[in-house]
Amino acid sequence: MNDQTKIDQDRAERTEKLQGMGCKRKRVEDVRFTQGKGSYVDDLKLPGMLFGDFVRSPHAHARIKSIDTSRAKALPGVVAVLTAADLKPLGLHYMPTLAGDVQAVLAEEKVLFQNQEVAFVIAEDRYIASDATELVDVEYEALPCIVDPFRSMDPDAPILREDIKDKMEGAHGPRKHPNHIFEWQIGDKEATDAVFANADVTIKEMLVDHRTHPSPLETCQSVASFDKVKGELTLWGTFQAPHVIRTVVSLISGLPEHKIHVIAPDIGGGFGNKVGAYAGYVCSVVGSIVLGVPVKWVEDRMENLSTTSFARDYHMTTELAATKDGKIQAMRVHVLADHGAFDACADPSKWPAGFMNICTGSYDIPTAHLAVDGVYTNKASGGVAYRCSFRVTEAVFAIERAVELLAQKLGMDAAELRIKNFIKPEQFPYQSALGWEYDSGDYHTAMKKAMDTIGYKELREEQGKKREAFKRGETRELMGIGISFFTEIVGAGPSKNCDILGIAMFDSAEIRIHPTGSVIARMGTKSQGQGHETTYAQIIATEIGIPADDIMIEEGNTDTAPYGLGTYGSRSTPVAGAATAVAARKIKAKAQMIAAHMLEVHEGDLEWDVDRFRVKGLPEKFKTMKEIAWAAYNAPPPNMEPGLEAVNYYEPPNMTYPFGAYFCVMDIDVDTGVAKTRRFYALDDCGTRINPMIIEGQVHGGLTEAFACAMGQEIRYDEHGNVMGASFMDFFLPTAVETPHWETDHTVTPSPHHPIGAKGVGESPHVGGVPCFSNAVNDAYAFLGAGHIQMPHDAWRLWQVGQKLGLHN
Amino acid sequence: MIPGRFDYHRPASVEDAVALLARLGEEANILAGGHSLIPLMKTRLASPEHLVDLSGIGNLKGISVQGDEVVIGAMTTQFELISSEELGRHVPIIAETSRLIADPQIRYKGTFGGNVANGDPGNDLPALMMCLGATYAVTGPDGSREIAARDFYQGAYFTALEHGEILTAVRIPIPSPDHGYAYEKLKRKVGDYATAAAAVVITMADGKCTSASIGLTNVSETPLWASDAAAMLVGTSLDKASVDAAVAAAEAITEPASDMRGPAEYRTKMAGVMMRRALERARSRAKG
Repeated sequence: MNDQTKIDQDRAERTEKLQGMGCKRKRVEDVRFTQGKGSYVDDLKLPGMLFGDFVRSPHAHARIKSIDTSRAKALPGVVAVLTAADLKPLGLHYMPTLAGDVQAVLAEEKVLFQNQEVAFVIAEDRYIASDATELVDVEYEALPCIVDPFRSMDPDAPILREDIKDKMEGAHGPRKHPNHIFEWQIGDKEATDAVFANADVTIKEMLVDHRTHPSPLETCQSVASFDKVKGELTLWGTFQAPHVIRTVVSLISGLPEHKIHVIAPDIGGGFGNKVGAYAGYVCSVVGSIVLGVPVKWVEDRMENLSTTSFARDYHMTTELAATKDGKIQAMRVHVLADHGAFDACADPSKWPAGFMNICTGSYDIPTAHLAVDGVYTNKASGGVAYRCSFRVTEAVFAIERAVELLAQKLGMDAAELRIKNFIKPEQFPYQSALGWEYDSGDYHTAMKKAMDTIGYKELREEQGKKREAFKRGETRELMGIGISFFTEIVGAGPSKNCDILGIAMFDSAEIRIHPTGSVIARMGTKSQGQGHETTYAQIIATEIGIPADDIMIEEGNTDTAPYGLGTYGSRSTPVAGAATAVAARKIKAKAQMIAAHMLEVHEGDLEWDVDRFRVKGLPEKFKTMKEIAWAAYNAPPPNMEPGLEAVNYYEPPNMTYPFGAYFCVMDIDVDTGVAKTRRFYALDDCGTRINPMIIEGQVHGGLTEAFACAMGQEIRYDEHGNVMGASFMDFFLPTAVETPHWETDHTVTPSPHHPIGAKGVGESPHVGGVPCFSNAVNDAYAFLGAGHIQMPHDAWRLWQVGQKLGLHN
Repeated sequence: MIPGRFDYHRPASVEDAVALLARLGEEANILAGGHSLIPLMKTRLASPEHLVDLSGIGNLKGISVQGDEVVIGAMTTQFELISSEELGRHVPIIAETSRLIADPQIRYKGTFGGNVANGDPGNDLPALMMCLGATYAVTGPDGSREIAARDFYQGAYFTALEHGEILTAVRIPIPSPDHGYAYEKLKRKVGDYATAAAAVVITMADGKCTSASIGLTNVSETPLWASDAAAMLVGTSLDKASVDAAVAAAEAITEPASDMRGPAEYRTKMAGVMMRRALERARSRAKG
């Protein structure tokens, strides 16, 4: 073995020991999660703790004539029953939403959706509380309800929000009708209309991204404990954004922010469901302040699915204009957004329709216009970004269905049409017609790799043969090939356009190196299962050469963690991951000065070598990070303050734009409508890859949720506003049996503006997956002249497609 | 998702259970595996004041062959139905059907008797029991009696079982060793009740159907025995025209509800598709 080989081998060994970026480090949090040793809100037991439970409305729209709590209060073990009348003097019967609306905490004069919170019973245990909810007598006068958002702005529509009926200026401009929330427009309408007027080919379709709901294993819950002597409130809860909750609680309760301790312990999944503030949180806080003892609130599954924020419910009239050889010239979209009874969207405050304006997708579409109208209906309020960055799933669904419809009209192959219109690698950074600057991408390479791997040409040939066989009556199966080439927009975001209630959307990391060279690092984000304890440690390990196993990551305690905006919209890696790298680099810079002092050389004479600084040209003269850490505390250079720690609040200069090429092969049994996914291939480009195993896990989970949404998951209402199927009996949560096998792949196009080039991946598979499944279903029936088939694609709906096409005779 | 208050009783014998039920009256419910009753209680759609748990009664469990019948104790679990070699040898369709009930965890607790006796049209075993011509042995305050499965189901959750009576065992005639069988179930996912399902048992001789029995699950307020449809098949070679006619006859007796599994029209048609597929599979298994 020569010297160079020895040196290389030594470096490789030291690198491997770090378990840094790029390695498949096992998730450290799983040691407790897989042994049932996680610590969730409902695990919390405090002395004297009481339990709250809601009395909920059976009606979708009704006037409350009276509420009589006397029978409930008389039940032994019941301590208090709160109604709007109790909250009103405190100004807490309504709370602000992130979207600039207000939302009833407990219904005052009217209920506006089925299962709306009407009273909060507080009792000694949850069984008594549940019994007592049946003893609260509420007299209702039922009112006509609005279920169809297209009827919300009818001249004779019943006015839903009497609390704001005279307020014709909403948070996002004038309201056109008492049931109108906002109109949001972006792009050049005139230019777009002109292109459409003269286009060779146009398509227009109403694409519905139906109402559904995130369904984390753990529902929303909180424990509030108010210390009357100290005047301090401690609030444990299922919070994806604990600091924001602290600020909001301070603003609405009047308690000073430093006397509020918000703690998000282990969280059993969020998917957007745990971004907003809910009535249960407020009622547990009020209960504890009033009673001076801790109050716990835990939502059950039916409450979760039917009340806390839903997702989607976007009705998107989508149009494309193109030349006859398939160059897309313009896009025009109008969205009718059903927000339910209150606009409780969890978007950055300036974005009432989230980042819907990413709807031009991966294509170089020079001209576009988007308008979104938000309306009220008698349904639960929302909507949150369900495993996606604000309305990006909706946007990608619109463009990826639209290009398929255009390809069909042009008689072009859907992959070929996409490639023809892709933004070219040399066009990055790319300015989109609707205002975004895409940071980086190489769509052609990704698409080619995906098509080659899946064997696209052969699949189309097979499909051609199957179609002929179907027409001859030799098979009752249809084969569909779904494609989706998505571009996400994540990592909110730059303060110039992203804030939540005025709070800029930076994020943060604080890293502290202990004298013995181990580390604690705290972030402003909050894992709900993403594996932050594993991946942030890998970033730090690579940056400062301390093994990941010696680095503890802590999140969720607002007293100890630096202020951050939380985890949603795939922002943890793009924003807090960047903060982590920058803070680590500050530490490394100080370490270099200390090492120079220790080695008695000039700083510039040192070079970094995996886990140490060494003297250039004298590799045997070095100081490891561990040695430097000891010296930092005990023998720092003269005039240098001791210690080795750093904080960074990172304001991202831009969003990041992960992308991917997905393919799905589906076989549909025409006689039952049952669709079987034969293959699903997902190529993701999320820039630099921190932990390939965690990425794969994220992709598997996101695809499974995409599969669910596309193929059956929905929150439906009947004509009376009764919520249908809000339990796991009917709500489609696929098990391992239904879930297809996932094939994953990747390309790497780093983000040019991110310190480590990472873009975020948690939501890409969901965003890209939904249209891919829907395209596969649509593609299966397309040759029979089916037209656009709306989601969800559950068996009975697909059977109805066959029925309409006369396939069952 | 928290049930109301109830008292819990665990008698050690059928006699004690019958006496308890007589004493406690209408507000008492029998608890077997609990997988139908407890969800109803958690959603407060049922609020019994008393639960009489039969799990402490030892002699309600077990599978035995008695003459030309198989006798299954009411508290035998669905898992035990699947794992019984003897049952598999004589009436294999019971295991095939049981494998499609809910999921493995539920089948460890869920009982045969609970599934057939509570009258839920979504349960899979009632239509199968009608198909197989089973007889239910029940014991009540006035002694014991037998009820044919085909006469047992009167409406959703309404059966010929009087209050205070307990289903103790089910007797199932052993079909000819040459019989063909199949249970076809369309469901949305593991654990779901059927959108529609069909149980078929046939015998064949010289290419002709010599006997046929068909049960349909979850396409009416009660499980259905499609006797006319089955009769139309006897004497035929199960040719397409005969099967088409029988399927139409079976579809005609369905009266499904429209629910999240699909509209009524769809569920009727799926009963037909399941029956057709079950017939095909049964035929491929029949000897003769």
